[in-house]
Amino acid sequence: MEVNAEARRILAVSISKLYASRTQRGGLRLHRSLLLSMVMRSARDIYHSSRECEGPAGAQPASEEPMDTTPNPEEQPGLPEPEPQPALNSTEPAQEESDSSEEDSDTEITEDKENLSPARQSRKRRGKASAAPDFLPSKRARLEPGEERYAAPLGSWRLPGRVEPPPLSLPPSLPPQQRSAEQRAEKKPDAGRKV
Amino acid sequence: MAGPGGDMQWCFSQVKGAIDDDVAEADIISTVEFNHTGELLATGDKGGRVVIFQQEIENKSQPQFRSEYNVYSTFQSHEPEFDYLKSLEIEEKINKIRWLPQKNAAQFLLSTNDKTIKLWKISERDKRPEGYNLKEEDGRYKDPNTITSLRVPVLIPMDLMVEASPRRVFANAHTYHINSISVNSDNETYLSADDLRINLWHLEITDRSFNIVDIKPANMEELTEVITAAEFHPHQCNTFVYSSSKGTIRLCDMRISALCDKHSKLFEEPEDPSNRSFFSEIISSISDVKFSHNGRYMMTRDYLSVKVWDLNMESRPVETYQVHEYLRSKLCSLYENDCIFDKFECCWNGNDSVVMTGSYNNFFRMFDRGQRRDVTLEASRENSKPMQVLKPRKVCAGGKRKKDEISVDSLDFNKKILHTAWHPQDNIIAVATTNNLYIFQDKVN
Repeated sequence: MEVNAEARRILAVSISKLYASRTQRGGLRLHRSLLLSMVMRSARDIYHSSRECEGPAGAQPASEEPMDTTPNPEEQPGLPEPEPQPALNSTEPAQEESDSSEEDSDTEITEDKENLSPARQSRKRRGKASAAPDFLPSKRARLEPGEERYAAPLGSWRLPGRVEPPPLSLPPSLPPQQRSAEQRAEKKPDAGRKV
Repeated sequence: MAGPGGDMQWCFSQVKGAIDDDVAEADIISTVEFNHTGELLATGDKGGRVVIFQQEIENKSQPQFRSEYNVYSTFQSHEPEFDYLKSLEIEEKINKIRWLPQKNAAQFLLSTNDKTIKLWKISERDKRPEGYNLKEEDGRYKDPNTITSLRVPVLIPMDLMVEASPRRVFANAHTYHINSISVNSDNETYLSADDLRINLWHLEITDRSFNIVDIKPANMEELTEVITAAEFHPHQCNTFVYSSSKGTIRLCDMRISALCDKHSKLFEEPEDPSNRSFFSEIISSISDVKFSHNGRYMMTRDYLSVKVWDLNMESRPVETYQVHEYLRSKLCSLYENDCIFDKFECCWNGNDSVVMTGSYNNFFRMFDRGQRRDVTLEASRENSKPMQVLKPRKVCAGGKRKKDEISVDSLDFNKKILHTAWHPQDNIIAVATTNNLYIFQDKVN
């Protein structure tokens, strides 16, 4: 996709500029770095949103629309989600995007868990009110042996109450400390579980 | 400006600087400023030097030829420094020069680099004392036993010597890079602005300054805008404005509170959604803000346009002038070659009827506010015969190129005019190309 290639090129140019500015005389220029990071953020947003619609439906406009929060369909080719997802998004444009994407991810995450480790499903009943926010993976205190942690792809999650990720740094995958803090808060009812 | 009906025309007057095509980096002009009478013209360069030109007394026998500017004083204002704590080199490039109004025989100016502001005194010496009683001519003291009479030294004329001496050094007050200085109308204080803070100084006091604006967020990851320029109001000593990288201008009143984080007025034009692109944020960043001489308006420069704002109306500018709209479709290339980060300045003429700013290919633009006319002129060695009238230039944005037009793709983006200045009273302008200073004046018919 043309927009995709353009966005990728701009990202590459921006990164090289960022590196070059570190060796400039007079030190890092805050204004310039800020502008570079803004361009990089726009390019990254466009890049990811255009990648999302590179699938079957295709015709999503590469605008400032918030990104789909589902994990990257390309990583799990076996799952049937890619087909229904774009359809879901395009048929519900008026609906608040957080609602639709939350629904997607909830089912998504549940299905993931089933596929990865069916025996390890959490015994905790999850009502709608206490449903995990879509950006957090399943609540477990630690990885079970034999499992691997995979990093959430860039832009595949959204912090509640925040419209944009922090400008000066590309959002990393969720840091482990935050996850365990959430889990510690949820852990209390399950006193019997080993940590 | 040229136009049908015998309007003002601009003529070449002088050019200062080396002719070589090979430009030494230290010679790149980084600021240009007339003093309050227009008699003196100061330039600063990347090598930390300040060169002051003085207008000669008018030649009365040739009234059509206004007097020339000749070198008056040259001195090294700033040297490169090293911040050992941060392992950073501090550039000696002069970012801004601002003159103080003259109070006595000497002239004073403020010059600043990224971190330090200096107050320079420029004074003339045209007499020297001779006939010392106690000293020889070379300064050695005479043997007291040989002194038999009392003699008072006499001042005798000598060749004019212009001396520049640093009277104050205002240092260590800025963590970020200083982009502006502005002398207050009270002639006692001035402000200095960096990316995140603005400080208020007293001209006599160097060991402390007051912080009056601080937009640094508690968490630097939440930074979304920086300060790009600041200026005091020309008459109201309590009022100043500062512009941001987001295209907003805030007017602050120092009487309201000591810390002016809360603005009194916020000037912002809603963005045109049809112009949205990857680079919208960069091109909306304001690179210069200047009050009009009468204090009623202010002008801002962003990458593609000049806007005139009425201080009484915050919602949008009263006038917008497109400087080089043909570049809007080239923003990606301009991003790649770094030109999109260029910081153009702008200036008013003496009676606020015309505004001027620079562009690429050594073009500069003037906009006549009253007559709604604009003109593009070029500063080049080819048009540098004495009193040669400048021919208006035209850029062809697309389609068929007419005879004298130049196409956008032929523009030389290495030849940029970032700094221009207009004499406070007369129609004399100083235009800085990369390393040359051009002086033009209007043709007196």
